Amino acid sequence: MKRHLALFILTLVFWLLITLSLSLASLITGIVAAGVTTLLFGKYFVRKVGKFLEPKRYGWLLIYIFVFLWECIKANFDVAYRVLHPAMPIKPGIVRVQLGIQTDLARTMLANSITMTPGTIAVDIIGDVMYVHWIYVSSEDPQVYSRKVSGRFEKYIEKIFE
Amino acid sequence: MASTILIAIGVLFNLFGCIGLIRLPDVYNRLQSATKTVTLGTWSILVGVLVRYGFIDIGVKALVAIPILFFVATVSAHALVRGSHIFGIPLGKKSVRDDYEQEKNNSMKSNEP
Repeated sequence: MKRHLALFILTLVFWLLITLSLSLASLITGIVAAGVTTLLFGKYFVRKVGKFLEPKRYGWLLIYIFVFLWECIKANFDVAYRVLHPAMPIKPGIVRVQLGIQTDLARTMLANSITMTPGTIAVDIIGDVMYVHWIYVSSEDPQVYSRKVSGRFEKYIEKIFE
Repeated sequence: MASTILIAIGVLFNLFGCIGLIRLPDVYNRLQSATKTVTLGTWSILVGVLVRYGFIDIGVKALVAIPILFFVATVSAHALVRGSHIFGIPLGKKSVRDDYEQEKNNSMKSNEP
């Protein structure tokens, strides 16, 4: 029940941000829409709602956003360089990366972050292993490339979502 | 002025993404350029809109669109990559390794009733 309430509040805030008006009509529409969303998807929401109330996590999230944006910008120059270079220096392949984090939400966020950063797309997670498509496989050693692909984010994601 | 520069950068990155979509060899590499470059380009355009209009409804909507785009782009890229691999589209000629191939078949077999 608690997580239904959390999801309801989250969706309502989201709706208010999108509409950015506090008129009665928009408020009623928002409450109805948030209610329907909560009824349909409440059971898929995170299990331990108490995590939302720990301010430490938000601090790490703020730091993480800057780290992530920096990596993201670097990634874009990297891809732009590979695309525009006449010889196209690519060496693509799918590699396996060992995951250190357990929760579904944290894994989802890690996969999303990996997809947005230098030349990597998360393909699938089977068990504890994530399969990542990499545009330039720079190393054959699993230790080295695991750190290269996921190491930068794992420590932050662990603190934020786990 | 700042908003014009941001929007111009965004359009430029979107252009790079589209060039990549044509130049790169296979579906996986094309998705790389289509997700990363195009997403950051669109973010840049949205931030430009926010700078131009400030925190009124247009600007805030642009700001809210950024996380939405983050989740939509990444999740759809993952779904497309995984889907095309399971469908059996091979990696391009330049590819050096494919760890997923064998594991995919194993997990598919164990999922069958």
